[in-house]
Order: sequence, then structure tokens, then C-alpha cells
Amino acid sequence: MTGTEAIVPPAPPTSAQPDSAPPVRAGRVTEALLPPLVAILIALVVGDLLILTFGQSPAEVYRVLLAGTWGNAYGIGQVLYKATTLTFTGLAVALGIRAGLFNIGAEGQLAAGGFVAAVIGLLVPAATPGVVAALVCTLGAAGGGGVVGAVPGVLRARFGAHEVITTIMLNFVVLALLGWIVSAHLHVPESLHTPEIRSGAVTRLSDIFPVFHGSAANLTLLLALAAAAGVGWYLFRTRRGYELRAVGLQPDAAEYGGVDVAGVRWRALALSGALAGLGGVNFVLGYKHYYEEGFATGAGFLGIAVALVGRNNPWGVVVAALLFATLSQGGLAVNALVPKQMVEVLQAVVILAVATAVPSVRHAVRTAAAGLVRTGAKRS
Amino acid sequence: MTEPIPPLAVSSNQPRGAAALAVRMRDVAKIFGSVVANRGASLEVARGEIHALVGENGAGKSTLMRILAGTYAPNGGTVDVADASGQLRDVTGWDTGQAIDAGVGMVHQHFMLVPPLTVAENVVLGREPRNGPVLDRDAAIRAVRELSERTGLAVHADRPVAELSVGEAQRVEILKTLYRGARILILDEPTAVLSPIEVRQLWDVLRTLRAQGGTIVLITHKLDEVMDVSDTITVMRAGETVARMRTRDTSPREIARAMVGREVTLVDDLSLAATRGAGVRERGDAGVRERGGLLLELRDLRVDTPRRRSVVDGVGFGIAAGEILGIAGVEGNGQTELVEAIAGLTAVASGSIRLGGDEIGGLSVRARGDAGLSHVPEDRHRRGLVLDYSIADNLILGRQHHFGGLRLDADRILEHARQHIVEFDIRPTDPALPARALSGGNQQKIVIAREMGRDFRVLLASQPTRGVDVGAIEFIHDRIRRARDEGKAVLLVSADLAEILALSDRIAVMYGGRIAALMPRSEASAESLGPYMTGAAGERAA
Amino acid sequence: MIVLAFLAQTLRIAIPYLFAAAGGVMSERAGLIALTLEGYMLGGAFGAAVGSYYSGSPVVGVLCGMIAGGLLALLYATAAQKFRANQVVTGVAINLLVIGLTRFFLRLLFDSSSNSPRVPGFTLAETGSGFVALAVNPLVWLGVLALVLVGWLLARTAFGLRVRAVGEHPEAAATVGVRVARTRYYAVTLSGVLAALGGVYLALDQHQFTDQMTAGRGFIALAATIFGRWAPRRVAIACLLFAAAETLQIQLQGTRALPSQFVEMIPYVLTIVALAGVVGRAVPPAALGREEPA
Repeated sequence: MTGTEAIVPPAPPTSAQPDSAPPVRAGRVTEALLPPLVAILIALVVGDLLILTFGQSPAEVYRVLLAGTWGNAYGIGQVLYKATTLTFTGLAVALGIRAGLFNIGAEGQLAAGGFVAAVIGLLVPAATPGVVAALVCTLGAAGGGGVVGAVPGVLRARFGAHEVITTIMLNFVVLALLGWIVSAHLHVPESLHTPEIRSGAVTRLSDIFPVFHGSAANLTLLLALAAAAGVGWYLFRTRRGYELRAVGLQPDAAEYGGVDVAGVRWRALALSGALAGLGGVNFVLGYKHYYEEGFATGAGFLGIAVALVGRNNPWGVVVAALLFATLSQGGLAVNALVPKQMVEVLQAVVILAVATAVPSVRHAVRTAAAGLVRTGAKRS
Repeated sequence: MTEPIPPLAVSSNQPRGAAALAVRMRDVAKIFGSVVANRGASLEVARGEIHALVGENGAGKSTLMRILAGTYAPNGGTVDVADASGQLRDVTGWDTGQAIDAGVGMVHQHFMLVPPLTVAENVVLGREPRNGPVLDRDAAIRAVRELSERTGLAVHADRPVAELSVGEAQRVEILKTLYRGARILILDEPTAVLSPIEVRQLWDVLRTLRAQGGTIVLITHKLDEVMDVSDTITVMRAGETVARMRTRDTSPREIARAMVGREVTLVDDLSLAATRGAGVRERGDAGVRERGGLLLELRDLRVDTPRRRSVVDGVGFGIAAGEILGIAGVEGNGQTELVEAIAGLTAVASGSIRLGGDEIGGLSVRARGDAGLSHVPEDRHRRGLVLDYSIADNLILGRQHHFGGLRLDADRILEHARQHIVEFDIRPTDPALPARALSGGNQQKIVIAREMGRDFRVLLASQPTRGVDVGAIEFIHDRIRRARDEGKAVLLVSADLAEILALSDRIAVMYGGRIAALMPRSEASAESLGPYMTGAAGERAA
Repeated sequence: MIVLAFLAQTLRIAIPYLFAAAGGVMSERAGLIALTLEGYMLGGAFGAAVGSYYSGSPVVGVLCGMIAGGLLALLYATAAQKFRANQVVTGVAINLLVIGLTRFFLRLLFDSSSNSPRVPGFTLAETGSGFVALAVNPLVWLGVLALVLVGWLLARTAFGLRVRAVGEHPEAAATVGVRVARTRYYAVTLSGVLAALGGVYLALDQHQFTDQMTAGRGFIALAATIFGRWAPRRVAIACLLFAAAETLQIQLQGTRALPSQFVEMIPYVLTIVALAGVVGRAVPPAALGREEPA
């Protein structure tokens, strides 16, 4: 067992076999956790500089930031609400990356999901039981996002068109198309949104715990947790997940192993789109009860950040979504002291820092461990 | 310099003294992660000679030469190279640019050419003739033509490299180094991809260069080439230099002994015998064992690839139960595509593939596996293993649908892994380790265990021992023979003629996508197969 | 006159695309995905507004914008090349970073969350919006020349040969002593400067910086880069084509003949179609987006 952690892959602990040796785990954990921690540290330093530029005290700003988010029930509710959407887009991106595909079209998929949910909500009879309507709308959201995700999936599988470009291009196409439908056919006069759904609203957290009054948090967050659990189960416990990850790591080996690589690819992007689409439930059924242009803005790109910081691990995604939601909500809280845009900079710095730290940390961990095993190593 | 220099097993006729050295490498060490590629490696090359650097796959030859060419910096040891005046200078740890400036050029095993650029652009890249910032294209083409005439390396200066044949691409590679004023030329396994005629042309070019005062280091593991063209030989084994000898004073047997470090066994004996032109020993039981009906049957199989039509051009043969059919041939003559077509990884243009009498040509990879087809692919790093998957997960690749419908049965996978790890002696034995962490031989054992540790009828074994250590080679050969003895049909494809001769009951030669010859083992020898491998002998059926 | 007005309008819309797409070609031919064009443009626009505002000279504004774009590109190249960071993630992060930074400094410098004060530009109020106004703006001339310059660099110079080599097969380039990282740093920095000029043009043309004023133009330029198959001449045609479609839509706005959203989609739909290979398959440089091996 001498130092085999040297050459451990970046896979998360959950993929380890039941009797995984402790050193292997240690190497994997270091590789998974170190980059986000380093990134947050760097972001704090940059944040300090920006705050000082604005002539404020960093300690005070961070205190206010925390107080305005985790310091009261409303703040917590808002963080949970924002984290819910980010969990969905983060899971969408993470699932794609596990299949070796970069879905940067989560924004369009999210918008499409929300739109379909809103339209179904408009079409169901008002007398439909709320649970039934919510269920149908939710399925519609997944379907809407799934279809938008499937398009680049099929283009990749069928024509080899690279999904990085097609997903981002499709973002603009979908948003323009939805914009046209809403403005030409569906909008409430003098607004950019559709009429309210007739049935299917998801219970607000404040309906159960009045202390959350005013916050948008709703039970969609349970759906987000279920989605995280489901993605984790799918990826690491099922045959399809085994095949999906094989395609992501080594498509040629997957093909050799009898996996329908093209099929896995388009299904993965469709599934990824469906996950992003589910995020639309949070806004449409849980919060505003209508589709509004621009509700998805930025959530797709932040989903990339969330997947990255969460190391493409479903529960890591949940934690990362909370982190980014805290920053977003915290920005509003500190706006009196420093421009809320500071947190946008911090979010970007976190992404940049994680993106640059991941390969370096992997390299460092492996090199350090390799030092322990040189003796006796044999080249064959 | 962590270890003492191993004493060189130098033969009595060690070349020394008079000839001035062009290269002197001493006690060089190079470590990649946990892999020691070189330790205590030394090399002395005299000016104006063709020096063969020989050793088995993975002996560290390429690494040592990349250190000389500045691609890698060594972790220990010294490198001296003669400058234009013949004076040795310490150049340890230099980079490619400095090496090129000093007249050291390397032609890599995998061509280092930029496909969309023209021949001339590739040749001058990095040393462009220019007017100010502007590339002087005419001067580039002129330079290529002049060099081409002087050395006999025929190329089309203004064609994109993507359109060239392999042989021409290699000539471009050599021109590249000469254009940079190389006085010391390193060639890494240059003949692996060449036809016999191209090989002869290459030898002519090398002799011309030698006559013009050039020094050449030839990396190879083919002993006939060594005997053919070299003046002096350095032998490496497991990263170390183990012997130096003068070609005219040594024999293939002596070189081979140095390469493997002991009196060579079957495989090497055969190859030696083959090179020497002596008679080949017949394996005793080959003719005696009974054979069953045909398990694998190909008829008029054709394969087109996007780049080339008829890569496999009307191949047909049958393999009986209890038989090993070996396919020999220079790599790139359709063997890879043939195997992939049988395995279902490449589409077939026409023809039929029958397994135990049933047509499988239309089946998916998975269905073929379930029908009893096992496949040891030629490239385990690309195809055979998911390197970041655990040993246990790799042991079910291709069979994952037998370990659960929706949910995979982790307990069964683990149990399955434990059994195979023991039976196939995979080390280390922890099933949770990623395949990446294992040595080449043990990685290959995972593939062998997966494909042969289950019920199967036909085995496709493609380059089964490539890049594998000696112990594992014997183990793998043993398993292949056992499969044969248990009544399986085995299709063995290997670039290693000795391996083909050692294992096969019948031998086919592939050339230009066709079966050029098919004969019983008893009629086959390196001598008799050679002409078919080179296309010199037309076609012959068994 | 209508034709002339149409052409003038098309050119005016095309200038930022031409600049940014020139940057796109430069970056992608060197092997680095140009998702960052949007960020370079926005950074360039902000730099131009700040420089022009504080100095009173649009020339200083141009220089500041170029420096901003160059620095952002250097940041991208460093992350992707030195730290081997994923190019897509890094590109997305840099775009977000620029949005955040410009907003932050908009507040800090101008105490506004939407726009800068009016800044000096090249156009004179009296010249209107026809060809005359375009002709007196040196940035228009530069924009027309940007892709010509990139085409010449790539095809005719030794540097261009190296850029093409590192974008197709960096290992091969390295073995002949081409410094891959350095070549990419140069190419990407140049791409940042070029794309930033597109933003500079916007800011100085409108005499102010407004929040997110590039409004996705960087992505349209990326679309043009791909639709033009990374060849400068075809990319220029793509830019003009996309701009002409927009012009047409603006001219038809009163008639409601064509919803604006459909015109917005054109570049993206065409690019997707081009990638899918329906009309002449777009094959990217071989090493594009590849992460450097550790």
C-alpha cells in the first residue's frame, strides 16, 4: 500500500469502492477540497482590496454580509431560494462534465423549463388540485429544459458539433425565441411576463415557518436536494452512470466496453438540460407564479462556477450553491457600504482561482506523494 | 546521482580510444512521478558512426534520447556533446532550442509534424528564413529542395503534410533536423512504420549522412536492423545501460542476452534463429492436438475508413476451436482495422463474420461479447482500460450489464474483482486502486483477466504483450496457450514476429489490407514470412 | 441614398464585430477558445471611457481600452497556459469578472450604476451618421483593417506560422524550439487588444460607457469566427453578413415585417448549422481548447 495515492485520479470520494484504502481517500479529499479553500482565501484578499478601495473596513463589510444572509431568517430564506436555482444549474453542468461534455447553455435550458412550467400552469383548469398541477408543471419544466439540452446533444452525437459552442449559441436562440413568444403572444400588457398560473403553486417556506416571511424560499429546495441525491445515485450506483462516467473519462474505452457513446452523450445533455429546466420551478411555481423574461440571467454561468467549486460532486454542488447564493444575497446586504457589484467580482475571482488551482493542486498532491514511492518503482 | 554507476557488462572488444566522441552521457537518471525511466544510464557515441541504442520496450531508450535532445531535463547525471570544433561540452539540462543550436536533432517515433502546414513550412518552423517579420517562402522552398537533393530525401516542398505517406512524412522529419544543421541525428524506432523498400532507402540515406560526417543514433529493438546498419551498439535494460559492443564483433544472441539480462527463452531464441537464418525449432505438440470446428469465420471482409478505402480488403479465414491463428505483418497494413471490425468497433463495408456459425457482423459490441467474443485491444491506455476507474470497475468493463440492470451490484463487483486479482496475480491487490496506479504489466493483466477470466469462445488478442515486462509476457503467453488448449479459438495479432512464431498454430501475413499468405506454423519462419510482410512475394494461400 | 445609408449603417454595426472577430481568429488559431471576447470588449469600452474622460482625449481613451483588453487577455492566457486551467471555465469567469469590475468602478469613479458621464469621442456632432461620420473616425479604418492585418500576420509572417503551428500541434512546434507558451501569450494578448478596440469603438461612438454595453456582441463575433471557419476573409464576410441582417431588421422595424428576435438569432443559428456541417463542415484548429498535459 506504499504511497499509491501518488497517482490517484480526481474522482470524488463517493466513487471509491467500499473498502477504499485510507491513504487513497486522503489524497482524493485533499485534491477535492484544497482548491475551493485556496480560492476562497484568494477571493477574501481581493475582496479586502476592493473594500479598502472604497474606503470601508473589510471586517465590517464581511460582518454585515454574514448578518444579512445567515444572521436572520429572511436572509437565510433568500440564500436558500437562490441556492435552489443554482443547485439545479450546478447539477446540470456537473452531470455534463461527468460525461465529458461542457454544457454552458444552462441559462437557456432554465428559461425554457420555467417557460414550459408557466404555460402548463396557464393551461390547466383552475380547479386542478395544486399537487397534481405542480407535478405536471414540474415534469413540463424538466421536459422543456431537456429538449433544449437534447438539441446540442444530438448535434454532438450525430454531427460531432462541439457542445461548448452549440450550447452557448443555443442560449441566445432560446432566449430570443421565448422573448418573441412572450412579447408577441403571451405577455400581460405593460410587462415582460406571462399571466399567473392558475394552479400548481409550490408552498412557500414562510407558509410553514412564518419566520421566513417575505423570503422567496419554497419547497422546491426539497426537489433540489432530491435531485442532488438522484444525480449522485445515478452517477455512482447505476449501470448507466458507470457508462456515462466511462464516456466522460475515456470515450474509446467506453466504446470498447460496449457503451453506445453517441447515445450516452445526447442523453447526458438532455438530462443535463432537464436538471437545469427543473430550476425553473423555483421561480415560476415557487416564487412569482409566472414566466418573466430575464429570470434566468446569469444562473447558467454561475452553474458552471457551482459545478467547478463543488468538484462535480452532487453534494459538493449543493454546498457550492449555498456559497454562491450567500455571496449574491450578501451583496445586497452590504450595498450601503460598498457597491453590491463587489460580490460579482468575488464570484468571478473564486471561479478563476478554483480553475487555476485545480490542476496545480492535483499536480502538487501527486508529485508530493510520488516522492514516497520512488524506491522500487519499476518501469515496464 | 543517487545510485552508484553500475559496472558495464562490456565485452572484450569495447570500442574506445581513437575515435573522438560526439556524445557522452554519464549516470543519467530520469524519474516521472513514480516511474523511474532511467537510472545509471550511460552512452558514448563516436563522431561519424551509426550507433544503435537497443533494448526492450520500456527499457528507457527513448527517454535517454529525449534528454540528449533537450526534451527532458535529467534528474541526475551529466550530458556532454561535442561542439563544432569537436570539443565536448557539458550541456546537462539544456532545452530543445539549445540542442538544436548545437546540432542535435531527433526524429520522434510519433511524427512531430503539423498536418495542415506544408512540407516547407514544417521544415523551417522555428528557424524561418525571413525578411524582417515576413516569412520568406521562396527561400524556405529552395532550402528544402537543396537539402533534398544533397541527401536523397525526396519530398514535395509545397504539399501539406496531411497529404503525405508515412514514409514521406518521415523524410520530412529528417529534413527538419538537417535544415537545423544537425550533426548528431537521433532516430526513434524509424522503421516501425516503413515498408521494406522504404527501410532500405532510409539506410541509404543514413549511410550518405555518415559519409558526409554525420553522427547517427538509432533507437530500435529489432536486431536485424542493428546488424544491418549500425557500427556500434549500446544495450539498455530497465532504465540502465548494460552493455556496449562493436557490431562486427558481436552476435544477435549476445545482444539479446544483454537486452533481457539472462539466457533468452523461447521467444527470443526463435527470433534469433530467425535473424540468423537458422532452422526454426518446431513446437512438439502443435501438429498432434486435435482441433474442433470453426469458431471464427471471416468471409471477404472489407473495411473502409474515412481516410482510406479498403483498409481491409477482402479478408477471409477461419479459426478452429483449439487453434491460435497468428497474424504477422508490418504495422499499418490493416491489422488494427481487421480486429476492430471483428470486435464491432469499426463498421464493415461488406463481408461476413461468423462466430460459432452465427453471423455477428450486424451485432453491437456488447452483443458480440455476450456471444462469446473476448478482445484484448492493442492499446490498453486508450481502449482497454478506463485509467481513472478502479481495478474492480475495470474488471467489469464491457460486462457491466451482467452486474445489475439499473443498479450495479457493488458486492458482486468486489467479489468478482477479488477472484480475478488472485487468479491473474494482479498487483497491488487492492481492488479500489485506480488502474492508472499500476505498472504496464499489471494493467495488461487486468485486461487479460477481464477478457479471459470469463466464459468465451473466441479471443482477439492484439499486441497482447506490448509494453509489458518480461514476467508478465510469460504469464500472458501462458494464458493464451491455455485458452487454446481449452478449445477456444484465438486470433493473435502482433508486430513482434517472434511472438507470432512462438504461439501460433497457423500464421497469416497481412499486407496492404489483404492476407498475403496463410501457412501452418511448421512451414513458417522469419525467412519465409519476410517476403510476404514486405509485399515482395505476391500472395499465397494455405 | 437608401443603399448608401444601408451600407453605412451596416459598416457601423460591423466595426465592433470586425475588431472582436479579428481577436477571435487570433486566439483560436493559437489554440485558445475565445469565449472571452465579450469580456475584452466590455473592458475595452470601460477603459476607453475612463481614459477619454480623465484626459479629455479620445486617443488616450483608445490606449487605455487597448491596455485593458491586453491585460484581460494576459490574465486568460496565464490561467489557461501557465496554470493549465480549463479554458471554458476561465473564459466564463473572465467575462463575469469584467462585468463585476466595470460595475464596481462605475460606482467608484462615477457614482453611477448605469453609465459614465459623456466622454469625448472621434465623431463630430455635425457630420451625422452617414459615411462622412464614419470616414472621420480612425477606429472605423482600423476596424476595416483588423482582419486584414490578422490575415497577413497568419499567412505571411514567421510569427503567424508559429501561431498556426501551436494551434494545431503544440508538441510538434515545441520539438523544433518554438516557444509554445510565449507564442500563445503574444497571440492571445493581441487578440485581447483587438477585441477591446471593438468595445473602444462602441464607447467612443456613443460618447459614454453604459453597463453591459457590449450586449453579447463578443459572442456574435465568436459566432462569426466559427462561421467563417477561422479564415480571416470568410470571418470578415460573416461579420458583414451578421451586421447587414441587423441593419435590415432596424430598417424594417416600423413595418413589423420581421420580429427583431428572429434577426437576433441569425448569427447563432447559422453558426450551429455550420458546426453541424450542413453547409461545409467547420473544423476547428486541432489543439483548440485542449488542456495542457501536466
